[in-house]
Amino acid sequence: MSETANPTARLAALANPTRFLALADRLVPWLAAAAGLVLAAGLAMAFAAPEDYQQGITVRIMYIHVPFAWLSMFCYTLMAASALGTLVWRHPLADVSLKAAAPIGATFTALALVTGSIWGKPMWGTWWVWDARLTSVFVLFLMYLGIIALTRALDDQGRAARAAAILTLVGFINIPIIKFSVDWWNTLHQPASVFRLDGPTIHSSLLWPLLISALGFTFLFLTLHLMAMRAEIWRRRVSAMRRLAARAAEGRLAEGGAS
Amino acid sequence: MLALYLRDVRLGIRAGSGALTGVLFFLAVVAVIPFGVGPDLNLLARIGPAILWIGALLASLLGLERLFQADREDGSLDLLVMADSRHMLALTVFVKCLAHWTANVLPLVAAAPLLGLFMNVPPLSLGAATLTLLAGTPAIAFIGAVGAALVVALPRGGLLVSVLVLPLTVPVLIFGVAASRAAVADPDPFLQPFLVLCALTLFFAVIGPVAAALALRNAD
Repeated sequence: MSETANPTARLAALANPTRFLALADRLVPWLAAAAGLVLAAGLAMAFAAPEDYQQGITVRIMYIHVPFAWLSMFCYTLMAASALGTLVWRHPLADVSLKAAAPIGATFTALALVTGSIWGKPMWGTWWVWDARLTSVFVLFLMYLGIIALTRALDDQGRAARAAAILTLVGFINIPIIKFSVDWWNTLHQPASVFRLDGPTIHSSLLWPLLISALGFTFLFLTLHLMAMRAEIWRRRVSAMRRLAARAAEGRLAEGGAS
Repeated sequence: MLALYLRDVRLGIRAGSGALTGVLFFLAVVAVIPFGVGPDLNLLARIGPAILWIGALLASLLGLERLFQADREDGSLDLLVMADSRHMLALTVFVKCLAHWTANVLPLVAAAPLLGLFMNVPPLSLGAATLTLLAGTPAIAFIGAVGAALVVALPRGGLLVSVLVLPLTVPVLIFGVAASRAAVADPDPFLQPFLVLCALTLFFAVIGPVAAALALRNAD
């Protein structure tokens, strides 16, 4: 009982923005340092890794393309979890998390698409094909942009948060489609080669640099996400204070007019 | 529920509320395509079903913005939301979607074979395209209800609805066009994509109204 209650209680304690800000302030330098170190190590290992016998040097694009693609889905999953947090538990930070994650996720998805097409040009002979994996990731990118547009379109924060949460949850259907598109349809994109039931099919000399750089990019994502959440909380505080100041000024004006 | 359905259909087909405009828009889109790609009848026959699908998709997005907004303006949306205890709100939304589909999209489906003839689409392919449109366009209405409910409070949400809804309709479009193409291209099976299309419609018939009801309750 206490084991299940503990994490919930800890999450509830974080609902206090000041406490969250303190935690974020402590975490961000460490996460940033970890991201820098692991990314540097991952890139170094990527350049030390042997070239592919068929693809030559272009295989090195994999070390950034695959992490970007994983993170674009990870970010959406995180947003869907935040959306549940907004709708079910009404956690005040869930909405901040969703709003802060959307632009980062859109950027990572765009980078995955761009690096993928740069890799596709020498390997497939074309920048872009309309196969299932590419199309579904493109749809994911459009959905990120739609969520960003929706959060910016409504002025009332609470209402914008719930609207974005509903849209995020409806759009979550796309994530399993992206994951399994390479198995369900006959695509030009290669099928999954790392997360498989019968073990990865990549040789370990290529797999380790990939995992290290994926870890590094995950740290980078978490750092950016925490920083964006912090900025969003400060932005809300500033706008609340401004509104208070405006109301106080109005009150003073009204008093001055009466006397 | 039946009364609500009849009321919405009647409101929908009255002049000025956009149902006829939707059909006209569909006609215009389909008529513009041959000018864009050139009047090559063989090419038009090949891409005809796809053009019909895209035209229907765009035309059914047009009226979506008004799905809840007219009711919000005259206050009957509040009544519908408050009647939640008697009729589940999701069911109300479902009925409204059906009425919207009957008034705005069914005429498009009826007009599709005629337009297909203009583009030299063979009869078999024409029948398949009409059948897939009949099975697939309700899904677009149900997805669209979510978008319409999300932006109901916005003064100019029409463009935003399209932006939000279009990515979600991609699977419907893919399977609809695949099924109508498979009817002519011999080795491809027609039944499988068609059944997936029907499944998508049923799936969105559940997800759409529930999510839209949630969004409507949050709008006030």
